[in-house]
Amino acid sequence: MSQIAALADPTRLAVFELVAEQPRSVAEITRSLPVTQSAVSQHLKVLREAQLVRSEPRGASNIYHVDPAGLVRMRAWLDRFWGSALQEFQKQVEQEWRDK
Amino acid sequence: MNATSIPAPVRRSVTVKAPQHKAFEVFTSGFGRWWPASHSIGSSPLRSAVIEPREGGRWYEAGEDGSECEWGEVLAWEPPSRVLLAWRIGMDWKYDPDLHTEVEVRFVSVTSDSTRVELEHRLLENFGGEAEAARGTFDSEGGWVGLLRNYAEMVEKTIV
Repeated sequence: MSQIAALADPTRLAVFELVAEQPRSVAEITRSLPVTQSAVSQHLKVLREAQLVRSEPRGASNIYHVDPAGLVRMRAWLDRFWGSALQEFQKQVEQEWRDK
Repeated sequence: MNATSIPAPVRRSVTVKAPQHKAFEVFTSGFGRWWPASHSIGSSPLRSAVIEPREGGRWYEAGEDGSECEWGEVLAWEPPSRVLLAWRIGMDWKYDPDLHTEVEVRFVSVTSDSTRVELEHRLLENFGGEAEAARGTFDSEGGWVGLLRNYAEMVEKTIV
């Protein structure tokens, strides 16, 4: 499942937002949401497969973090964002200079 | 924190057929004339986007409903060769005065009527979870959600 599709579910998005805020265990996430722990685990599984979060064992439980690979994707997004913005800039400045 | 996970700055450049002073003027004072409406950050559709032409000036967008959404401010104002902007739009796609990333734009004269515009968006590590680890603080962090949401919207627009 793509990252976008993985976040399309509102509960899964809420799970992701909690993990993005700070690293948390399944139990901690469950306490913050009106869903069962097994539902949270299912959502985390999907988020992990979409490379949005990753888990690290701590004692008997896993702690979930935002996957740093997400930074790479965010960077790619900004790269596109600025690329298209500069194209618009180029059109505008060249038109203004031609019409001077 | 693993140093290899720090993202490289985004670097983009474009060469425009206009002299250096014109390129600088359009990029900064004329920001609202070329900034794509699709790149709106505020909740209301974009009416205009503004870079105030001085050090310490605001960088913001105005929505059609009259609301204003801060993006950051002008850190260095060196016409006609350089402008340095603070980009303080966080992962939740909201203005966060504590978030510090920088957008530097250099205007390099190539010929009398041609200018290379070099843009660098840096300190991207301040956006994300890695910054949390580095600073041990969570207060100024949002998440990836805003950007991904926005990205999704852009993708949808592109596909439709």
